[in-house]
Amino acid sequence: MKMKAAQAMVECLKAENIKVVYGYPGAAICPFYDALMDAENDIKHVLVRHEANGGHAANGFARISGKPAVCIATSGPGATNLITAIATAYADSIPIVCITGQVNTDQIGSDVFQEADITGAAEPFVKHSYLLKDPKELPRVFKEAFYIAGTGRPGPVLIDVPMDVQKMELDFEYPETVDIRGYKPTTKGNYLQIKRVLSALEEAHKPLICIGGGVFASHAQQEIKELAHKMEIPVITTMMGISVFSDDDPLFYGMLGMHGVKSANMAVKECDVLFLVGARVGDRAVRTPLALEKTTKILHIDIDPAEIGKNIGADYPLVGDAKSVLSQMLEMASPMEHKEWIAHLDTYKTPRTFVAANNGTVNPREFMVKLSKAMPDNTVVVADVGQNQIWTATGYHIKEGGRFLTAGGMGTMGYSVPAAIGARMADPSRPVMAICGDGAFQMEFMELGTAVQHGVNIKIMVMTNNCLGMVRELQANGYNGRETAVYLDGSPDFIKLAEAYGIQALRVTDEASMNEAIKLLSETDQLCLVEVRVDEKAATL
Amino acid sequence: MKHTISVLVENHSGVLSRISGLFSRRGFNIESLAVGPTQDPTISRITIIADGNEHTVEQIEKQLNKLIEVIKVKTLSKDECLARELMIVKIACTADKRSEVMTIADITGAKVMDITLTTMTLELCDTYAHLKRFEEIVTPYNILEMVRTGTIAIQKGAEVIAPKK
Repeated sequence: MKMKAAQAMVECLKAENIKVVYGYPGAAICPFYDALMDAENDIKHVLVRHEANGGHAANGFARISGKPAVCIATSGPGATNLITAIATAYADSIPIVCITGQVNTDQIGSDVFQEADITGAAEPFVKHSYLLKDPKELPRVFKEAFYIAGTGRPGPVLIDVPMDVQKMELDFEYPETVDIRGYKPTTKGNYLQIKRVLSALEEAHKPLICIGGGVFASHAQQEIKELAHKMEIPVITTMMGISVFSDDDPLFYGMLGMHGVKSANMAVKECDVLFLVGARVGDRAVRTPLALEKTTKILHIDIDPAEIGKNIGADYPLVGDAKSVLSQMLEMASPMEHKEWIAHLDTYKTPRTFVAANNGTVNPREFMVKLSKAMPDNTVVVADVGQNQIWTATGYHIKEGGRFLTAGGMGTMGYSVPAAIGARMADPSRPVMAICGDGAFQMEFMELGTAVQHGVNIKIMVMTNNCLGMVRELQANGYNGRETAVYLDGSPDFIKLAEAYGIQALRVTDEASMNEAIKLLSETDQLCLVEVRVDEKAATL
Repeated sequence: MKHTISVLVENHSGVLSRISGLFSRRGFNIESLAVGPTQDPTISRITIIADGNEHTVEQIEKQLNKLIEVIKVKTLSKDECLARELMIVKIACTADKRSEVMTIADITGAKVMDITLTTMTLELCDTYAHLKRFEEIVTPYNILEMVRTGTIAIQKGAEVIAPKK
């Protein structure tokens, strides 16, 4: 069918079953926006207040829907603002498709107004990118972009479309299949190697499973739970793997790493076989992989061959999709018991105790534990970056059906609120709560307007200590207490700020207000904000 | 240790920048890189000489393979590799030195491309090691200008590097 390329772009999104897009218009993307207007019954456009937040919202949407999500920006600064979101999605392997406008084809390279080489600038952070110069290529490029973003190891794909190309005509037909000769991700694991991995796991006396974000990417949550229980193997996760297991699961020993919990780190230290599933052994999770590979037999499943052997040597490397590999292992595995090993690990699970907080503040970990016990089971909690992230990762009690999101790889401040907006829109039946500090919140609070405008009822918890807590702590401990550039004097009154947006807000300074806030967060489905005052000296761990 | 890596890529604009960008951001050292079309006009072939230990070369191969436009990657071992590189060198050479230089060219297999009253320009196509020796020999004649391509390489024997059917 003959149509304008801009309209064909919309048809591509419809064909990919895209219902929501996040974006920010500008001159170079206006032809596409004009076409999008005619499709408003099929595709809802959400106007974010900053392009990076459009990328984070698409990120949150993709993580909850399990499918690629879309964000849009104009040329030049619009596109460069997206880069942080692209890099964030790349680091965490989140499938997003970013559409940017570009200046007219004949102007490319002449430094015209709002021109930026975005395919060049974003190159290190994309799984793939396209600069679309011929409208005839458009259907294939869109089909490939969604395919590449969502298959294999997922990641961001960028499509840069010059304005004149958007206005050109083409004969539109959306391709049904994709054939890219340089892209054939391995999904099925080698059968013999799967058998070897399984027998190494069966022969172990103190086996341990370490789950990473790859388990979510491959939708293998059920398979890994069944395997762990069938073989009675203790489980730990990286930060990206949190919420695959519920904190109530007796086989679960928490998050490992430099900010992890004792039970998880002792389990890594003492296990004889470590089974890594979709975990890339990042430096925050395993600080000394070379020492670990000497003492421990490493079994490593990953869909990305480059992750195997990159950070840690594997005795049993296995390239494949976790869901497919684990299902095969489940069929072959026989039930086992590791009572002694589990009883031993249980001794590292120490009951939580909370020190009393100073006047006018609450203990953040105590609040986190109490709040999480009250929240509905299926809550999605989105942690930002810094102390709030670690308190959430280790203190928030995940129940069966719950979900934890964070920008684990890139550590992008200002992720939580826009990602929460995306997560909530992907599944409006689930409560979604962003948890951030007063540092990150001031990088993202413009999105309160987005939430109000589009009626996205997220809950926001801002932990305020008037400083960048984790950096302050680093300076206190690592730089002889020379604290610099970490105090946030000049911050607004966050309650008044929320109220200025017409958002219900509440401040927590003591036990009474803590209980009131927990009631608000756990019982209302309205957009609301809770400020939690914490001591600036409160420790991360 | 030096490695010869052959890479088949889509003949698109921007592919080379993706590859060179990958090497610089992952800290891989490129000694030389040569690129040109193949008998299939949609495919270009890149020959990369890279420096690094085995772990590095494994990572280079794997990371290259992740690029969508990379069709095939193969590291060629020294014994199975036919490699050539081209050098053009302009040296200061007046009439009294010409026959000496001609003798050197004869022995080394270099060809005289151009000659003036004060210079001679020679070309030599051979292995990296031979080119290095040749450079040492002509250095005393005062090299005015030198230009070389990167190494290109192909496997010995009947085996070929081709995209999967």
